[in-house]
Amino acid sequence: MAGPVLEMRSITKTFPGVKALSDVNLSVAAGEIHAICGENGAGKSTLMKVLSGVYPHGSYEGEILFEGEPCRFKDIRASEQRGIVIIHQELALVPYLSIAENIFLGNEHARRGIISWHRTLTHAAALLKRVGLHENPQTRIADIGVGKQQLVEIAKALAKEVKLLILDEPTAALNDEDSRKLLDLMLELKAQGISCIIISHKLNEIARVADSVTVLRDGRTIETIPVGADGIAEDRIIRGMVGRDLEHRYPERTPEIGETVFAVEDWTVQHPIDHHRKVVDGASLTVRAGEIVGIAGLMGAGRTELAMSVFGRSYGRCTGGRVLVHGREVSTRTVPQAIGHGIAYVTEDRKHLGLNLIDDISRNITLSALGKVARRGWVDRHEETKVAESYRASMNIKAPSVFAETGKLSGGNQQKVVLSKWIFAGPEVLILDEPTRGIDIGAKAEIYQVIADLAAQGKAVLVISSELPELLGLCDRIYTMAEGRITGEVARADADQESLMRLMTVSAAPQTAAPQTAVSRPEQV
Amino acid sequence: MAQTQTTPKTPPGPAAPARTRSTGTVLAEALRGNVRQYGMLVALALIVVLFQIWTDGTLLKPLNITNLIQQNGYILILAIGMMIVIIAGHIDLSVGSLAAFVGAAAAVMMVKHDLPWPLALAFALLIGAVAGAWQGFWIAYIGIPSFIVTLAGMLLFRGGTQILLQGQSIAPFPKGFQKISSGFLPEVGPHTNYHNLTLLLGLGVLAVAVLQEVRGRRQAASYGLELLPVGFFLAKLAAITAAVLVFTLLLASYHGAPIVLLILGALLVGFGYLMRNSIIGRHTYAIGGNEPAAKLSGVKSKRVVFLAFVNMGVLAALAGLVFAARLNAGTPQAGINFELEAIAAAFIGGASASGGVGTVLGAIIGGLVLGVLNNGMSLVGVGTDYQQVIKGLVLLAAVGFDVYNKRKVGS
Repeated sequence: MAGPVLEMRSITKTFPGVKALSDVNLSVAAGEIHAICGENGAGKSTLMKVLSGVYPHGSYEGEILFEGEPCRFKDIRASEQRGIVIIHQELALVPYLSIAENIFLGNEHARRGIISWHRTLTHAAALLKRVGLHENPQTRIADIGVGKQQLVEIAKALAKEVKLLILDEPTAALNDEDSRKLLDLMLELKAQGISCIIISHKLNEIARVADSVTVLRDGRTIETIPVGADGIAEDRIIRGMVGRDLEHRYPERTPEIGETVFAVEDWTVQHPIDHHRKVVDGASLTVRAGEIVGIAGLMGAGRTELAMSVFGRSYGRCTGGRVLVHGREVSTRTVPQAIGHGIAYVTEDRKHLGLNLIDDISRNITLSALGKVARRGWVDRHEETKVAESYRASMNIKAPSVFAETGKLSGGNQQKVVLSKWIFAGPEVLILDEPTRGIDIGAKAEIYQVIADLAAQGKAVLVISSELPELLGLCDRIYTMAEGRITGEVARADADQESLMRLMTVSAAPQTAAPQTAVSRPEQV
Repeated sequence: MAQTQTTPKTPPGPAAPARTRSTGTVLAEALRGNVRQYGMLVALALIVVLFQIWTDGTLLKPLNITNLIQQNGYILILAIGMMIVIIAGHIDLSVGSLAAFVGAAAAVMMVKHDLPWPLALAFALLIGAVAGAWQGFWIAYIGIPSFIVTLAGMLLFRGGTQILLQGQSIAPFPKGFQKISSGFLPEVGPHTNYHNLTLLLGLGVLAVAVLQEVRGRRQAASYGLELLPVGFFLAKLAAITAAVLVFTLLLASYHGAPIVLLILGALLVGFGYLMRNSIIGRHTYAIGGNEPAAKLSGVKSKRVVFLAFVNMGVLAALAGLVFAARLNAGTPQAGINFELEAIAAAFIGGASASGGVGTVLGAIIGGLVLGVLNNGMSLVGVGTDYQQVIKGLVLLAAVGFDVYNKRKVGS
């Protein structure tokens, strides 16, 4: 292969009081897929923001060479003109505009400000074909799934004649099927001569597509490792990322399982808009004291919908079913009722549903159980501070104080704050929805320990996760869901990834024959 | 309760708390949390000093101070309620009309039906609560945007005022009622050159304020929190003492503390404490900051929003009464543009357009900035035309400064 298409030399970027990047070097060969690994807060996103001009030239030290020429981007537009396009983890699409309008947003086919719809639509159709998305370009973004939206983002990048495509955790929100397609597309683009940088936590993905891996830690380059034909040195990458061995990624535990604490029977939920569609269909499950039970399922299987519906009807319309706590039927019609019956739900979407990002750690932790630090409606702020401090210590929340804004914490620390909030509420049943999504390996290990401790205290824990190794490493028993139904219940000893995956994909309709429908939308009338 | 557990040891990262830091950093951090409020306090002081110079000392004459309080009392009352509504992530455009409506209703009750004024006052506040509940119902339980509901309310209550008064002013009010706006603390005790009760009140306020500061500091220390260096703390105490004493002496050398000031003081302390330390106050911030997350944490957001509007209704009624008492008449023209002044006060005082941010004290500071500008410019002889232009620019600058500041800190 030719020389490097991109070289970043001695990049140093400081924020007030923090050195986010110090002396980082990155070299991407032309036509390769280059992976960047690192814990959250290692500086991956900052580095990409420097590269794409979000942080303009002059706000950092060091130099950037693209195709051999020094670059001084003053904004994103400047870097895009050179063919460097970044696709962020949170997609930047306008939901109520069409696919075609989104692809050419800011880059319209127009003459004197008047858009040529003919050229827009034909060009969009051609780009969609290139990324393998079979949708009408006039479909609204809001009407297609996340996987397809990701492809639209890539089509948008192609419209800008991208030479170096940067993907920031592109598969974080995708199911396995969509992830596989996306990675295939990356390999295809590579064959067309487009270089690519992928930021990812998933080592198996990196092993599949990447040619080399650069590991960042604490704002420094640790090393760049070529990916050989025989795969990657996973241990070496993990060690590089966290700087320590992770032999016990999952805590050792000897479960002491008691009586059934929490049971859901025959729970059925309709889609909030499309009432003909059952998002959850007759689901039943039980969790016992001291037990960690998993729910495995692909995206769209109805796991989150089941949990949120049970927790105060926070999703859709429940049309039937019972919730039992200690064998007694209880009403969980509102969130306060659910909390009152000792149920806690830790959301998968901590930024939008879990935290008040503009408020501090202490007040986020106490929000769901303010009464515990209050007398007759008045909050004892010192008691509250003490409580928050104790969680900061026990959960190892890394922040200067409990008065730090949660919006400024890393993903792992934010997740610890959300967990603290619900542990403080003192529930008997904890439903943890993707408790380790988007957080680094070190924080994951800590959260696994917290989950194990909760079970050891006799809580009933229900874990929803898309990562099968996580469920296998953590749970005593695993349910599988597909298309809104519970399709299996497997004891830990009898479970492995293949058997779970088989149960997660069982369906009335033969899905393997038509992968297009497997994406997540069984929404026929 | 907090559990003890064995979490795996992690090496201290860059985010680990550093206890030893320079005074400058500590001060900078203390300021950064409240840039807008401290900034506005400084701006307020600056404006006061400027106008004091430009008016050759008229601004801070005891008579003018008293005027200033009585002229701005009703806007400040509205600003408190507005701040709470804005913190919850809403807006209320109807308060000016509602204030007029309540003033008119009180006039009808007292003048036409000879109701005793305390009874009329109670009824008037009740009318405010009902009007607030009406709007809160549509906003919180039906889900119509507050902008629309209160825009409708603005028309509704203005029309209602005109219907009630049939286009005419109703006057005069009983003496007792007028006192709400033009009255002072009674004279007692031996004849000094100062107003005795006001002096006592000032000293009382000072004692409580200093005690609170000291107690807060001691408690903060006992929880191992970072403290301002002793020197700065003493300077802060000295500044508080000086401000309270000067203000007290100024008022006491004239008629003493106006009744409106006492009402305002009670509202400031009461609502300030409510928003900081009560569960419902906390829930209001949580809803404004992230409503879906607050709901999933068990916050009854509909009820809280509903109550915020009921409260706004009551405060709008109170403002309407104070204004009517000051005018000594219920008129169809009352309360015009009050909502805009109150909203401007809240935003100047640190509210965020998206909700979740702001303090009651901030609303008062914002209202005072506007009030001093109004008063000062009138004294200097700036016409109302230019006054509006300047106030518009001040609002824009205050919020613009904050947005700029946040961006600098945030990036």
